[in-house]
Amino acid sequence: MTRRCGGATYITGMRPQDILLPAAAGLCCKPGGFHIDPVRPVERAVITHGHSDHARAGHGAVLATQETLDMMRLRYGENFAGSTQAISYGEEIRLGDVTVKFHPAGHVLGSAQIAVTCKDTCIVASGDYKDAFDPTCTSFELVPCDVFITEATFGLPVFRHGDASDEVKKLLASVALFPERAHLVGAYSLGKAQRVIKLLRNAGYDAPIYLHGAMEKITEYYQSRGIDLGELRPVLGMKKAALAGTITLAPPSATSDVWTRRFPDPVTAFASGWMRVRARARQRGIELPLVVSDHADWDGLTATIAATGAGEIWVTHGQEDALVHWCKSQGLRAQPLDLVGYGDEEESETPLQDEAEA
Amino acid sequence: MNRFAELLDRLAYEPGRNNKLRLITGYFREVGDPDRGYALAALTGALSFKHAKPALIRDLIASRTDEVLFGLSYDYVGDLSETVALMWPKTALAAHNNPPPPTLTEVVATLRTLGKTELPKQLERWLDELDETGRWALLKLVTGALRIGISARLAKTAAAALGDKDPHEVELIWPGLSPPYLDLFAWLEGRGEKPVNRDPAPFRPVMLAHAIEDTDFATLDPADYIAEWKWDGIRVQAVAGRDDRGQITARLYSRTGEDITGSFPDLVPSLRLAGAIDGELLILREGRVQSFNVLQQRLNRKIVSPKLIKEFPIHLRAYDLLGDDENDLRELPFAERRERLETFIGKLDDPRIDLSPTVPFASWDALTAARADPASAGAGDDADAVEGVMLKRRDAPYLPGRPKGQWWKWKRDPHIIDAVLMYAQRGHGKRSSYYSDYTFGVWTEGDGGDELVPVGKAYFGFTDEELLQIDRFVRRNTTEKFGPVRHVVHEGDKGLVLEVAFEGLQRSPRHKSGVAMRFPRISRLRWDKPPREADRLETLEKMLKAEAEVEA
Repeated sequence: MTRRCGGATYITGMRPQDILLPAAAGLCCKPGGFHIDPVRPVERAVITHGHSDHARAGHGAVLATQETLDMMRLRYGENFAGSTQAISYGEEIRLGDVTVKFHPAGHVLGSAQIAVTCKDTCIVASGDYKDAFDPTCTSFELVPCDVFITEATFGLPVFRHGDASDEVKKLLASVALFPERAHLVGAYSLGKAQRVIKLLRNAGYDAPIYLHGAMEKITEYYQSRGIDLGELRPVLGMKKAALAGTITLAPPSATSDVWTRRFPDPVTAFASGWMRVRARARQRGIELPLVVSDHADWDGLTATIAATGAGEIWVTHGQEDALVHWCKSQGLRAQPLDLVGYGDEEESETPLQDEAEA
Repeated sequence: MNRFAELLDRLAYEPGRNNKLRLITGYFREVGDPDRGYALAALTGALSFKHAKPALIRDLIASRTDEVLFGLSYDYVGDLSETVALMWPKTALAAHNNPPPPTLTEVVATLRTLGKTELPKQLERWLDELDETGRWALLKLVTGALRIGISARLAKTAAAALGDKDPHEVELIWPGLSPPYLDLFAWLEGRGEKPVNRDPAPFRPVMLAHAIEDTDFATLDPADYIAEWKWDGIRVQAVAGRDDRGQITARLYSRTGEDITGSFPDLVPSLRLAGAIDGELLILREGRVQSFNVLQQRLNRKIVSPKLIKEFPIHLRAYDLLGDDENDLRELPFAERRERLETFIGKLDDPRIDLSPTVPFASWDALTAARADPASAGAGDDADAVEGVMLKRRDAPYLPGRPKGQWWKWKRDPHIIDAVLMYAQRGHGKRSSYYSDYTFGVWTEGDGGDELVPVGKAYFGFTDEELLQIDRFVRRNTTEKFGPVRHVVHEGDKGLVLEVAFEGLQRSPRHKSGVAMRFPRISRLRWDKPPREADRLETLEKMLKAEAEVEA
């Protein structure tokens, strides 16, 4: 069923919740007649980035960056939406009674924050974002606003992510220490994998890097957008012995499955912000946790919130309680938005179909 | 400190023994004295200072962070040291001055001399100076809870590897060494003489036996061997020696060289003749050896009370003599050492120490008969504490480790039941892609007829080929998944029967079935057997009764 926002035309004394309101399908902009990152099919969708919990198929019209549209096409096929419209960073579009402007979110290639302005009130829906360095996408841009909608994936002060290049150095040190073993790096196939590869290249690692089949298409797409990732090879068909001393990237779910039996005594690594917490790493049987996150850490979240100058903060998915508590302690109005259907992309990634494959 | 923390961090995740060794040896190679020596001390449990209480750590974090945020974080992380390490906010001053983090040596030296009142301030300073991993390791160190799955033996083996030495050589000189082990590292790196063990009662690396297979007998001549009972106790080395002033020092070591004297003060007065006895620690009541279950109640107690000593009187049954006064006997053939042992025990003449008798036999058939019925073959009333026979070559010197063809153990047949596979869980490390941990159950009368009740868990005993077969079976017959655990089909006519071998049985209120197995392992896969024909709980209860009678 297709849902429709709208009907509202002219309202005096706009409150922020008159502009954007959580609804079953996602964040709904009534005066603009669209949803942001809807989790159910809607007539008009404005999409922040290409991860599958934000970018779903089956909408009437989709407005997003060219990269996000391309990624949706790769994942869902040509007919993923009724119609599409590409928008660039910094570009402004009028939709109904509001204007919509896209700004880089620094999360993955093509990810955007969406600034929705109605009269003189500006709300920024930041989607997923990070303020840390990432050589595979445009850096996060700070957008001053009245209401800032933030994620809280890593919204606890135990999450401080440090420099991702140091984590890649840890991986290279392990490869040097165990040259007869294969290193298997679990990484989400959109964004994280390409960032890890690029960081490896920046650290001077120039040997071929191997890919799990599920990563090939999206990684090729990154390369087609001018991101040089060096020599990449499919791991399929490689002889076991030939994989000693190599690095392979794979979706997280693959690193603990039968698929790993093709590798010589693999060291299982996982590149994720969750790896900061030992119990999380151990639960997954990870031997080499790499703290590399595409989400802002606690310091990033709190610094960004403060810098936007927003007096009101809406907190979406993650550790809402702690972040709302922090905002209030800073004298900011804050509330959790109870949106359902978003989460950590690593956990929501569909398990592989290869359980039967030996 | 940060480099040591990095090592601990990496070790905490590494499941493989050889890889752990490489990580530790790599650290010793890379880090200089005296830091690496204190690291070795930390890993072998040889550091001693007053530990900080968790309450102190809580006070420190409370003074720096918001209470609600700490509460939410602690709930999420679940470990105090780790939560504090991760969320510790550095003061602006510390961040600005950027003081160098303390070395491990500084930390250890300071903790040794620091007064209790100065500790909080000092800890705070260090927490400001270290990174997250450094803070985590520091807090683990000061609270005395490293828990990273490294044994003292493994750490010593890693040190030995630094100089391509046999770990036994390190073990031999270890009791005479102290942190930061400068002389040890100098020797390992070929810069100094081998340190001399001046300990009057040092540990000697033990000699171990191979399990004998039916096919081995054809190649062995009974005349070459001496047989003894294999006692179901714990292997120990009881050493007494004279120090510089001629006083006797006595120590009791476990088979891995751990000093366990403190747990058995009642045996110390009996060790008054200089020498080194290899033997079995047992509980004797009115001259009768008690079962392992009884002995176990005396082990691993923090406090050894007079009551415990009285109720569980300790005894040493001797079967080898490695040193007699000043003389090292290890090069002598076993037959000669045995004679020296008999003389030694006779001279000692102590009710707490006796000789493990030999089992006379002329042929393998005769020994088979003795093993089948120890009571009538000389073990008498103690027969129930016999778990088999040991075979030792008459001419074998005492060699450390498990040398081939010298000593054999020939255990009595284990208890065996047929149980049904109920749940399977993935293994760790190399086995992380296999379902290799199995929970199995036996039948019992339930409310709605017969049902399976879990009686144990096993994760070894099967061959690699069998592991593949079970793994495949588990994947194809999963009925439900709960996190890492799979429910495997287990009905009367659908499921997999596992033959489970185990050494003993104990009552256990912690298990739903009321019984717990000792040393359970999968001995065979019974693809041929329908689950309904597997054993019943009553069978186990009967075995339990039989064991209880032994104890009484």
